[in-house]
Amino acid sequence: MDPANAGDGTRPGRDGTVRLGDRVFGGLAKGSGITLLLIMAAIAVFLTIRAVVAISRDEGNFLTTFEWDANSHPPVFGIAVLLFGTVVSSLIAIVLAMPVAVGIALFISHYAPRRLAAPIGYLVDLLAAVPSIVYGLWGALYLVPRLTGFYEWLDHLFGWTGILSYNGTPARSLMSVGILLAIMILPIITSVTREIFRQTPRAHQEAALALGATRWEVITTTVLPFGRSGIISATMLGLGRALGETMAVATVLSPSFLINASLLESGGGTFAQNIASQFKEATSMGRDALIASGLVLFVLTLLVNGAARLIIARRREYAGNAG
Amino acid sequence: MKLRLGSAALTGALVGALSLTGCGSDDNSGIPGALDFSLDDLHCGPDGTLLASGSSAQANAMEVWVNTYQTNCAGSQVNYKATGSGAGVQEFLQGNTAFAGSDTALDADEIEESRSVCRDGGRALNLPIVAGPVAIGYHLPGVDDLVLDPDTLARIFDSRITRWNDPAIHRLNPDARLPDAPITPFHRSDGSGTTENFTSYLRAAAPDSWPHEPDKAWAGRGGQAADGSSGLVGQVQQNEGAIAYFELSFAHRNEISTVRLDTGAERPVAATVENAAGAVDRARVVGRHGDLALEFDYTARAVDVYPIVLVTYEIACDRGNEPDSVGLIKAFLGYAASEEGQRALARIDYAPISDPIIDQVRRRIDAMA
Repeated sequence: MDPANAGDGTRPGRDGTVRLGDRVFGGLAKGSGITLLLIMAAIAVFLTIRAVVAISRDEGNFLTTFEWDANSHPPVFGIAVLLFGTVVSSLIAIVLAMPVAVGIALFISHYAPRRLAAPIGYLVDLLAAVPSIVYGLWGALYLVPRLTGFYEWLDHLFGWTGILSYNGTPARSLMSVGILLAIMILPIITSVTREIFRQTPRAHQEAALALGATRWEVITTTVLPFGRSGIISATMLGLGRALGETMAVATVLSPSFLINASLLESGGGTFAQNIASQFKEATSMGRDALIASGLVLFVLTLLVNGAARLIIARRREYAGNAG
Repeated sequence: MKLRLGSAALTGALVGALSLTGCGSDDNSGIPGALDFSLDDLHCGPDGTLLASGSSAQANAMEVWVNTYQTNCAGSQVNYKATGSGAGVQEFLQGNTAFAGSDTALDADEIEESRSVCRDGGRALNLPIVAGPVAIGYHLPGVDDLVLDPDTLARIFDSRITRWNDPAIHRLNPDARLPDAPITPFHRSDGSGTTENFTSYLRAAAPDSWPHEPDKAWAGRGGQAADGSSGLVGQVQQNEGAIAYFELSFAHRNEISTVRLDTGAERPVAATVENAAGAVDRARVVGRHGDLALEFDYTARAVDVYPIVLVTYEIACDRGNEPDSVGLIKAFLGYAASEEGQRALARIDYAPISDPIIDQVRRRIDAMA
């Protein structure tokens, strides 16, 4: 039987009859798939309708205005600061988290003795179970005060760049948010890449060893190339979480509608954080404006996922040959 | 019996959970669990359930009132969700709740909009029912007593005075040992009635130093932001040289020193419930056609007036409330506005509404239909 059609409930069995179970299960599976599409479509339609209303009344430029004054008459708001803050904090998180996550995954799959590998895997997965508000509180009360010294050191070395200058105010900045987000997305990147590395074909690794490769060479010639698409999709999963993180950012960041050239000083904001902060006291106009910013985040996330798919599709040949 | 017990427990859990999630903004509950809520002369309305939502600044007052009312009127339930004023008003205007709590009075447009939910040609009324002082808390080791005037306060929060040993602060505190350290002013990152009241004060009392329009969103320059009053408290405790504004109860519970305000009176006034009540006494009713929206005199100069006060309203229809719940609305709000209801406020750092105004509130509630 062609496995691609196995889910099709109408396909006759060996004796030519269609079984009830097949039909029911096929219908359920199809129904689930359609439901998902409907939900996505409903969200997109809702966001778009409300967003169009808000943007049409916006007296500022929705894309370039550095202000969020959506509750006043006339409303003036723009997403420039939010887009910048969301992208920058998420990129910082990815840059910090990915190498560490790949390292942990390699350690678990190829270096750690079996007795150590399992507990470390559990520990990393446990990080994913911590609620984000707990990360936020830990970040605001513990991490941020301890980053001040590190930032002063960065300022001392790289302050001349402007990007890494620091004036000694509480370090509730995009950089701190990025560091916190990196810790939060570490487990998801680690666990996905770990599973991929484990699936590296034995034959490849043994062939490399037979050619006299060291363990490091085995990893660079077989494990990493085989796992590349997995690393990318894991990173994109992590990026998705970082882009949408709300409570942790709202707790740690000191937001403002100005872009601070320095990543170490407070200011900026993210889409999700801004929605959480403004929603409670928003008028109906303010609410629609927040929904419009939510639509941008929705599109941004779709783009990121789309990009990941493209990259994975291009890499598929290698993985396909390996399988 | 079993059913009632269950629902009471559920309400308790709801109120508890909501005041916890109450955006952390104005969760000033310091209400002991074993408090005796029973009262002899509470006038109970008909049995039923009342849904309401809104301001988190009045959440703790509501909690006390709801507990007292439900303890004495066993067949009734009042669910007040501290969703924030904006969301509460929204829900009321959509007809989902019996009344809303709000830190700002409904404006003319919103009152007009309320005609669609109030039947029989009724419209929404602003009923001032709770007030409270907004304290300025600071963290400066070695300085237990700090006096600021509106002008200095505005310039500190607008990042124009940036160091504690600034001559302007020194002039007001000649005896204090002010350190040569940076001031970090903190404001709310979320929209908040507290911010609006505080900036209304700055705008009225120091117009030259505070050029920004009062708003729920912070408009000042620079400084740092944190989420909710509890977020501000956390930052003030954590950072030497920090200064921020929050409801008095937050300062009390966290033992944060508060600024005494030099309003031009003979001596600076402290942020206390009594002094806030003094400001409420001098408030003026500006609502028209029987509405009771209040306006404060932010420039009052008296030794018993602390002018930075937050007043929060209940909003309900004057006529055309839901026929099933109107009796319960009147009984519950009537209790909240009663002498007992108002007296309960001082214990939790709120200020009662002054007699001439609360009398009018009672009359409006009596006349509701």
